[in-house]
Order: sequence, then structure tokens, then C-alpha cells
Amino acid sequence: MTRWTRKDLLGLEDLTREELELLLEQAEAFKEVSLRPIKKVPALRGRTVALCFLEPSTRTRASFELAAKRLSADILSFQGSSSSIAKGESVLDTARNIEAMRVDVLVLRHSTSGAAAQVARGVRCSVVNAGDGSHEHPTQGLVDLYTIREKKGRIEGLNVLIVGDILHSRVARSDFWGLTKLGAKVTLCGPPTLVPPAMELLGARISYRLEEVLPQADVVITLRLQLERQQEKYIPSFREYARAYGLDRAKLEKAKPDLIVMHPGPVNRGVELSPEVADGPQSVILDQVTNGIAVRMAALYLVAGAHPRHASEVPEPNPEVAG
Amino acid sequence: MKTPILDSEGIRKSIVRIAHEIIERGRGPEQLCVIGIRTRGDFLARRLAQALREMTGRDVPVGVLDITLYRDDLGRMEASPAVHATEIPFDVTGRRLIVVDDVLFTGRTVRAAMDALTDLGRPESVELAVLVDRGHRELPIKPDYVGKNLPTSKEDQVQVHLVETDGLDEVVIGERVA
Amino acid sequence: MILIQGGRVVDPSQGLDEVTDLLIDGGKIAKIGKNLKANGAHVLNAKGKVVAPGFIDLHVHLRTPGQEHKETVLTGSRAAVRGGFTTICTMANTDPVVDSANVIEFLKAENAKVGLVNLLPYGAVTMGLKGEDLTEMGALASAGAVGFSDDGMPVANAGMMRRALEYSRMTGLPVINHCEEKELSGHGVVHEGLTAARLGLAGIPEEAETVMIARDLLLAEATGGRLHLAHLSTARGVELVRAAKKKGVRVTAEVTPHHLALSEEALSTYDSRFKMNPPLRSQKDLEALREGLKDGTIDAVATDHAPHSAAEKEAGLAEAPFGVIGLETAVSVLLTELVHRGTLSVGTLIEALTCRPAKVLGIGRGSLAVGTPADVTVLDLEEEWVVEAGGFASKSANTPFTGWRLKGKVTDVVVNGRDLYRGGQFTNGGSS
Repeated sequence: MTRWTRKDLLGLEDLTREELELLLEQAEAFKEVSLRPIKKVPALRGRTVALCFLEPSTRTRASFELAAKRLSADILSFQGSSSSIAKGESVLDTARNIEAMRVDVLVLRHSTSGAAAQVARGVRCSVVNAGDGSHEHPTQGLVDLYTIREKKGRIEGLNVLIVGDILHSRVARSDFWGLTKLGAKVTLCGPPTLVPPAMELLGARISYRLEEVLPQADVVITLRLQLERQQEKYIPSFREYARAYGLDRAKLEKAKPDLIVMHPGPVNRGVELSPEVADGPQSVILDQVTNGIAVRMAALYLVAGAHPRHASEVPEPNPEVAG
Repeated sequence: MKTPILDSEGIRKSIVRIAHEIIERGRGPEQLCVIGIRTRGDFLARRLAQALREMTGRDVPVGVLDITLYRDDLGRMEASPAVHATEIPFDVTGRRLIVVDDVLFTGRTVRAAMDALTDLGRPESVELAVLVDRGHRELPIKPDYVGKNLPTSKEDQVQVHLVETDGLDEVVIGERVA
Repeated sequence: MILIQGGRVVDPSQGLDEVTDLLIDGGKIAKIGKNLKANGAHVLNAKGKVVAPGFIDLHVHLRTPGQEHKETVLTGSRAAVRGGFTTICTMANTDPVVDSANVIEFLKAENAKVGLVNLLPYGAVTMGLKGEDLTEMGALASAGAVGFSDDGMPVANAGMMRRALEYSRMTGLPVINHCEEKELSGHGVVHEGLTAARLGLAGIPEEAETVMIARDLLLAEATGGRLHLAHLSTARGVELVRAAKKKGVRVTAEVTPHHLALSEEALSTYDSRFKMNPPLRSQKDLEALREGLKDGTIDAVATDHAPHSAAEKEAGLAEAPFGVIGLETAVSVLLTELVHRGTLSVGTLIEALTCRPAKVLGIGRGSLAVGTPADVTVLDLEEEWVVEAGGFASKSANTPFTGWRLKGKVTDVVVNGRDLYRGGQFTNGGSS
């Protein structure tokens, strides 16, 4: 069986198929923990996980926090407003300061693409990328993979449609890499101004017309449209976006009956999804939220294990338990 | 150099004897259930439960416990060991639990299993059955049922092979290769 | 007197490429010929080496005045000498901007104190680089400006560019534009292509460059002004320049060593040492730039030497400033990546570093013709060395080539008849 040897989890582009499968298998084991009366295991007892969210986030932060708590880790929280980033400190400075408090795993959310990689190079502790700019959001990508596999029984050979602002979406990138490596066929669909043509060179199919590609889809992942992007005038209005790319009951009529609808949240209701689709029988959005905790427990557990705290403290493994 | 300790028949007899002892010691088989510690304890538990069923004529539920997350040596290894699911399809509260493992050595695995069980509920009692007790305890843990007491040196390697995982039933002892 | 003996003298300005001797006297090239003898001359044995005219860099940011923590006339000059450059043309985006004759006087005075290389300053096109009012080009030219550029910023306003191309005709000097349509480049940090899509980085499309090149070529054609295009980075840009030259438009162009040696893939690790503007483009662009240099569409190699402090470059790819240094690695990188791999001849490379840039500015250098000022660079084509961040004469070390093993090295440099650099070391004359 593949062993996890990476100090960090920075993106799904870096991972092999075997590593992705290991993460998903481990998430499966952790999901069982969440079903117990006492939803807590001592795996990371005595370890410290720093949640460093330098960009607003509620859901991902909460999911990581609960995952770390269920692993019995101690948690240190830094948030955008309370950090010193605003005072001109670089993200690497911040990370080094956090590391100096003997943190074992640093979970980083940052508005700049590449921030997690930059920090990972500069610190010894493990870094888990909780979203870096428009680059990747690997744990969300894993959540989507896990949920698809849970609902469809497989990933290989599925037609997965990702709809929305591909250009700025870190979720789309992580999904694309994960799905492609596990053998799904990925179609990217959105307004032409928000779908980078270069993605075609990486193996994605590109479409600007949802109604043409929706009927073949087994899974549709809709992306959140960031309201602040509107200032850059990529699209004329939300109304027009919703008409062309918003998923509603009428559009779903032409889709496969067993299509599942996903969204990383939070949903702009009436824009990406109509309320009856968001809450409808094909929606697995709440399963994604539930699975998020198991996936993040697996991620924290694996990176923490790949990184012994201090080399001098590491004796021989216990013969009985290791045997 | 490997010395045989138990053969297939020896293992079978040990399990039958342990089953008898469990029934003799207990107040009745109603609340009895067996939980094996992954990986080989799992299969031994199934055999023990089968023996108990045959003797009592009652169903004896079996569960499997994965103690990976309760180990005290996480972070002292090069990589996190793979976690497997714990599958205990019944509520342990109020039950008489027989925890089964293949070899009892330092006692750390049993310690982890106790922690894991406590997180699952409040059993009436917990007893420990092992196929081989090789000594060298590092924790105050004592088995209730032993298939074979085996004096060893710390460096010896006691290997339990089972049909389900290894293709044959045997217990052998060999010196650890340096 | 200096006698350079037995080297392979490569001087494209005279079509010369043969093993011969070179005599320097009175700061000028005195004689070229076999078995020269000169009593009392300092003899430099160049056997097995290439003897070329001193290199001319059309595009250097010396950061002086205003940002002396990044580079000074002294450190920049020493970097130039180590890279074989005997003449450097300095950009006007300093603080204060080189938009008046006194800043030019200041630079000349600073350079006189340092006394290493020929420092030829550009004046700004517009006051304060603001793109609003033309500078007094006449006064700047009289003070010694060799061209006009707002580099760092494009001349964004087409009307202003037209005026600049027209008005500069009274000086005969070129207007050098950094072609970048800012509305198209936006917040981009890397080339808009495969790497940008993968890394989730805002891209700078090639049109940001080509739209303005097309505009400027049309304006140059209409006005008859002299246009020089800074740091070409795109295949389409090369194509546009090629077509314009064919039509007789008075245009010249340059390309940097990094755009000839690296493509966007270098950005894969988000390393800000590879961040510059224009950005590293696609492999297809890189190949077109090489072709353009070979066929003469692109006149010169210029480094766009742009020093930045380590702290600024550490800010991460998105926040770090654009720019890389280039003086000390230029010729070695091009020898390694182009000449030794058979893409470019030594002769063409030297041409693009000497007589072709001299012609862009109309200066009487870049040649070993008898009577010209004795600027000479001696190269060992075979010597291998490793680029080390700590090994620069420049005050800054923001190079994309750290750790590269290069083949080919500058060993000796003579500027105006003074041997400043000998066997890879500064001489007393060069230690000022």
C-alpha cells in the first residue's frame, strides 16, 4: 500500500493517483469516527494545529477546526483581521512566527496564489493549503472526489461538468486535477471570459453552452460566483449569468436522472443554483459538508505523521505495535 | 531459524479451550460478544465466536477494532500508519466484551484498545483473550485467557500466521534479524 | 599600450573572424594583424580565447539616483565589466526622473568619479514619466542623452507617442518604448498561458505587448520618427517588427537573455526570481525570439538589468516587483543556451552585443576598427562556472539563473584603452 511521505498538502496537481486513493481510503476510515457517540480519537493528542486564515472563511475554517478537534489536537487560531499581515508583515514572516510556537501543522488560507507553497518552503512544520488565491483548494477537491465516489461508486469514466468562474476558482483547479488523475472526463463550462482556454491543453474539454454539455454529465459541480469579481467586468450582470449558467429545474429536465449536483458553498441562491435545485433530491451539497470533516481529518493525520516532531525525540518504533 | 510453537491443531485446541473457560467463568452467554483487534485478532475473534456459538447455541456478535488512532507512537514513525475502519455493529454498553489479539507483548496495543473501546460506550466488563503471551510487559496488563504461555527474549520474533491472512495456521518463533 | 596576442578576433563590424593580434595605444585600437610587436606594451595572451569589441547594453536600470540600496554607478559598472559590457545605457526611471539636463549632468559626474565603463544615459520621454508633457528633448540631447524612454512605464497615450516620435526627430535620437497596454495586462503577474492557468495567477496576455507594438509601428511609419522597441517577448511582436522593417519603417528592437533562455514553465514553483515584465512567454515565443535575433529582425541583446533587494523579491510572486539582473550572466547564458547548443553562431551573438546595438544608437563603438575607442572584451568560450547568489558585483542578486552551470566566461575587459579586468579579476585600474 502507498505510504504518505509528504510533509505538506499543497495541491492535487502534485499528487499521484495512489496518493489520492490513499487519502480517500483514509477519509473513509475517519468517516466512521464521525458516526460514533464519542466522535473523538487521540491520534493527534499533544500536537498543535494552527489555523491561519488570512482571508475570510467560515465553512472551511470550521471544518478544519472540527477535524483537528476530533483528532484531539490543540488548536491555535489566527484570522485575517487579528493577524499582523495588515501591518506589512509578509506571509512567510507570519508563518515563521507561528512555527516558532512549536506548531506541528499549519493550515493556511491566503488570497495569493502560491502562498502555501511559499510558506511550505520556508518552514519545517507541515503545511496544509486551505485555499491559496485562485490556485488550489486541495481538501475541497478531495471532498468532491470523496462525495462523488460515495454517491456514484466510482470516479473512473464519469463525465464531470464544472460550471462557473473557472478562471478564478481554486476549487475548479483542484477538482480538475483530482478527477483527471482518477480517470474522470472533465468539462469546464462558463462564460468565455471566465474559462481560460489553456485548460484545454491540460486535457479539459471546454464549453460555453451549458445546455449542450449538461445532458452527458453524471456529476455537475457548480462554483460560487465571487461578487467582488463583478467589479472587473468579466460578465455584464448576475441576471445574465443565471440565465445562461445557473442550474434550475428546467435545465435539469434534459440532464440524466441520476445526475448529482454539487457546490462548494456558500451558494448564491438564484445565481449558480435555483433554490429548488439547491435543496432538491439531486443535490449532495450537505453531504459535501459532512464529508469535509472526514477528509480533513485524513489530511491532518497523514501530514502530521509524515513529519516527526523533533528528530531527537524519535526512538525506535514500539515493536509490538509496529509489528 | 524458526521454531514451531503451535500448529493448526494446536491453534484450534487453544481456541476451543479458551471458549470453554469463557463460558465457565461467565454468568450466562446473553451479553457475550467478541471484539478482535486488527488484523489477526480480527480473525481469531471470528473463530472464537464460532466456537462459542457452537457451545452455547446462541448468536455471539463479533466486532473488529482498529486501534491505529489510539497508538502512543504516532509521530515516531516515518509515516502515519494506515487507518482502517472500526466495525462494531452493536452497542457495547452493558455487554460482556471479550477482546481478542494474537500476541500479548508490551501491552501497549491492549492499552490502545481499551481507550478505543471506552470511546465507543460503557461495557459491563472487558476480558482479554490472547493466543500467545510472550511476556515483557511494559504496562500493568494481564490476560484473562491464554492459548499458550511462551517465554521469550525481547529480541525474539513471535509470528502468528493464519489461513485468512497468510494461507496457513501456525505460530513460530524466530530471532529478530539485526 | 596593450598587445592582445593570439586570440580569435571576432569583429562583425568588419566581418573579421580570425586568429590575430590586436594593439591598443592611446585609448584607441591602433593595429590589427598577425605577429604584432610593440616595445613596452603590456601583453595579454588570448590564445584559445575570443577577442571581441566591448559589449553594449542598451537597457540597464542603474537605480541611481534614488534607489542606491539596489544599485549604484559603482556596483552597476563593476557588474557590467564582469559581464563584458563596456558601454551601458541607463534608463530614466530613477528618482528624480531623468527628465532634465541636470540629472544627466549628475550621472555623468558620478560616472566620471567611478571611471569604469561608458555610461550613456537616456532621457525621459515625458516629464516625471507621467505621460502628460514632453521633456525638453533638445536640452537632454545636448547634455548627452542618447535616446528617450519612459521605460518601466509605457507611453500609454497614443497622441503623446505620436508627438514624441515627431518631436524627437529634431534630435535624431530614438524613442524607446516599453510596449504594454496596461488595460490588457491588468493585475497580471505572469504570461497568460498554460502556466497562469495551472497556477491560478493573473495573466499578462501577449496582446498587452503586441497591440502597442502595432500602434507604435504605425505611428513611426506615419511620423518618420526613430522607434526602438524595448525587450520584445512575443512571436507576434517579432512578426510585426519583421513586416515593418520590410516596409522601411525606422524601427529597431531588442531582446533580453532571459526571454531567449527561459519560458513560462520556469514559474511553476511560484519563484519570484522568474518574475519580470514583460513576463517569460511560451516556448513558441522563445523560439520566435531566437529566430528574430538570428535573422536580424531583432537588432540587439539587452539585459533589462533591474536590480531589486532580496526582501522585496521575497514578498511572494504576486507582490514581488518585476525585474531581474542580467549584466553578469548575459553572455554566459547565451553562450551556454544558444551558441553551445548550435542555435546561434558566436559571430551573431557578438554582433547582437556590439555593432548592432551601436547602430541602434548611432554611436561610434562596438567595433575593433583601427581608430575607434579601445573597448575590448575577451571571452573563454569553454570555461565553466556556477552562478552563485553571493557571487555578484551587483548590489542585488535577483537572477533567475542561480545555480546554473554556465559554459563561457568573460576573462578580460579593456575600456577606452585601460585594462580593467584581467584573468577574471579587477586590476588596480578597475578597483576604483
